[in-house]
Amino acid sequence: MAELLHLDALVKRFGGLTATDGVTLDVADGEIHALIGPNGAGKTTLIHQIAGSLAPDAGRIRFNGVDVTRMSLHLRTQLGLARSYQVVSLFRRLSVRDNLAFAVQARTGSTFQFWRAAADQQPLFDEARELAARVDLADRLDAPARTLAHGEQRRLEIGLALATRPRLLLLDEPLAGLGPEESARMVDLVSGLRSHCTLLLVEHDMDAVFRLADRVSVLVNGRIIATGTPDEIRVHREVRRAYLGDDVAVHDA
Amino acid sequence: MALQLHHRASPAVVVTLLAALAALPAITHAIDEPFYLVLASRILLYALAATSLNLLVGFGGMVSFGHAAFFGTGAYVVAIAASHGLDSAWTAWPLAMGVAAFAALVIGAISLRTRGVYFIMITLAFAQMMFYVFVSLKAYGGEDGLPLPHRSVAGAGLDLKSDTTFYYVTLALVAAASGLLWRLVNSRFGRALQGIRENETRMEAVGFPVYRIKLAAFVIAGAIAGLAGALAANQSDMAGPAMLHWNQSGTLLVMVILGGTGRFLGPALGAAVLLLLEEFVSAYTMHWQFYVGAVLLAVVMFLPGGLASMFAGRRRDG
Ligand SMILES: Nc1ncnc2c1ncn2[C@@H]1O[C@H](COP(=O)(O)OP(=O)(O)OP(=O)(O)O)[C@@H](O)[C@H]1O
Ligand SMILES: [Mg+2]
Repeated sequence: MAELLHLDALVKRFGGLTATDGVTLDVADGEIHALIGPNGAGKTTLIHQIAGSLAPDAGRIRFNGVDVTRMSLHLRTQLGLARSYQVVSLFRRLSVRDNLAFAVQARTGSTFQFWRAAADQQPLFDEARELAARVDLADRLDAPARTLAHGEQRRLEIGLALATRPRLLLLDEPLAGLGPEESARMVDLVSGLRSHCTLLLVEHDMDAVFRLADRVSVLVNGRIIATGTPDEIRVHREVRRAYLGDDVAVHDA
Repeated sequence: MALQLHHRASPAVVVTLLAALAALPAITHAIDEPFYLVLASRILLYALAATSLNLLVGFGGMVSFGHAAFFGTGAYVVAIAASHGLDSAWTAWPLAMGVAAFAALVIGAISLRTRGVYFIMITLAFAQMMFYVFVSLKAYGGEDGLPLPHRSVAGAGLDLKSDTTFYYVTLALVAAASGLLWRLVNSRFGRALQGIRENETRMEAVGFPVYRIKLAAFVIAGAIAGLAGALAANQSDMAGPAMLHWNQSGTLLVMVILGGTGRFLGPALGAAVLLLLEEFVSAYTMHWQFYVGAVLLAVVMFLPGGLASMFAGRRRDG
C-alpha cells in the first residue's frame, strides 16, 4: 500500500519535557491506523503537529507527497487533512446546520464574496443536511450545538471534519466519555468511514481499537515502541510490559 | 434557539427610518431650530463610524481600541488636501477612504497577530502613535488642528456649505455605506467573520484563511471610518488631533456597546443616544458625563444586549 502520511524523526519539546521524541511513522492510504499509549504519552501532541496547530521543533511531515511541516492549519485542511478534537470544539451557540454549513463553505471556497446573501445559497445547507444524516443528527439540525448530548457533540465533531472531505482524518479519542450505547454507535460510524478516507485513530478503548484498526502503533514517552497488526501488538512483549499490562490478559481470555 | 447568522432587515423599519430622516430638514425648518439639523448630521456620521467598528467588535469578535485612528485619518486627509487646493469631494473623500484603508492594512497586519487583551492594547498603541504624529505636524496645525478653508466642493449643483444639503449628502452616504455593510454581514464573507467570532481555531481547522478574513474586515472597517472622518471634517470645518485620541476610540466603543453589538443597527442607535444625551444633559449640568456614565452602567447591567435589544422581537441567543 502507498503511504499517505509520513512522519520523519519528529521532535516536540515543552521546556524540559520531550513530548514527541523522534517519531517516525507511516500511515498507508486506505488503512485505519490506531495510535495507542498511556496518558501523557504524547498522542494529542502528535495529532496537533500533523494537523498543523503545533509546530514541531525538528523532523518532517509529508502528506500525500507534499512536505507540510511548515504549512498552516487551513492549507493542510484544504489539502485533505482533517481532525477532530479530544475536547470537542464546536460553534456552541450556532445550530447544527450552521456548524456544518461553515465547513462546507470553507471547502467550496469563494469566502471573499461580499454581496450575495449566503442564507440563500441552498447548496451549503443541502450538503449540511446530508452530512447531518451521515453522523446521525438529521433530527437535530436546528438545535444549538451546546444543547446536544455529549455523544451527539462527538458526532457533530466528526461531521465537521467530514465536511472538509478529508483524505486523512485524525480522530483524537472519539469514544472519550461515551456510554456503552453511544460508544457502539460511534464505532459503527467510524467503521463506516473506512471506505471514504484513511484514519489515524487515537483511542484508549482497546476493544474498539482491536476491532477497527488494520495496524496499531504504540507510543510511550513520546516514542513509538512498536507498530504492527492488532494480533502482533497483542502479543508484543515490550508493549505488554510497557503499556497493556493486565488489560491484554482479559482480552486474550 | 440557536444564534442566527443572517441579520434580517425589516423593510418597514428601514423605510420608516429613512422617511423620517428625509423629513427632518422640513421639521427643523418649520420649528426654526436649524441647529438640530447640524446635530443630526453629526449623529449620522458617528453612527456610520460606530457601525463600521461593530463589523469588527460585534461580527468579528475583534475589540479594536484604536478605531479613531482611521476616523481621524479620514478627516486629516480632507483637511490637508484642501489646504493644498484639492477640495473636490469626489477626489478628497475617496482619497480619505483609501488612506484610512491603507493605515488599517498596516496596523491590522501587525495587530491581528495578537488576540484578546493584547489586541486591544496594540490597536490602542497604534492609534496613540498616529495621534502624536498629527500633533507633531506643525505645518498642518499641530495641536490646534487644521481648519478647512471651506467645505469640500461636490459640484452637481450641491452646495455643501448649506447645512441642509450637507445633511442630505451625509444621509445618502451613510445609508449607502450601511447598506453595503449590511450586505457584507450576510454574505459568505460575513458568515465566515461571524464564525471566527464564535470559534476561531475551529474555523482555521475546517479550512478558512482566518487571518486574511480578519484583515479584510479590518481594512473595510477602516475605510468606512475614513469616510465618516471625511464627513466629520466637513461638518466641524476642521480636522484636529482630538479626532484620533484614544478618548475618541473609547467613545466609538461606548456607542457600539450602548446600542448593542448583536444587532446591525445597534451602534447607530448608541451613537444617537450618546450624542443626544451629551447635547441635552450638558445644557443643564457641567457634570453631564456623570449622567451619561450612569445610563451606560444601567444599560450594561440591565440590558446586556444593548439598547437595541429592547426592540427585539425575540432574542436570537436563546
Ligand atoms: N502545551 C503544553 N505545554 C506543556 N506541556 C504540554 C503541553 N501539551 C502537552 N504537554 C505535556 O506533554 C505530554 C504529552 O501530552 P499529550 O496531551 O500529547 O498526551 P496524550 O498522549 O494525548 O495523553 P491523554 O491520553 O491523556 O490524552 C504530557 O506530559 C503533557 O503534560
Ligand atoms: Mg490526548
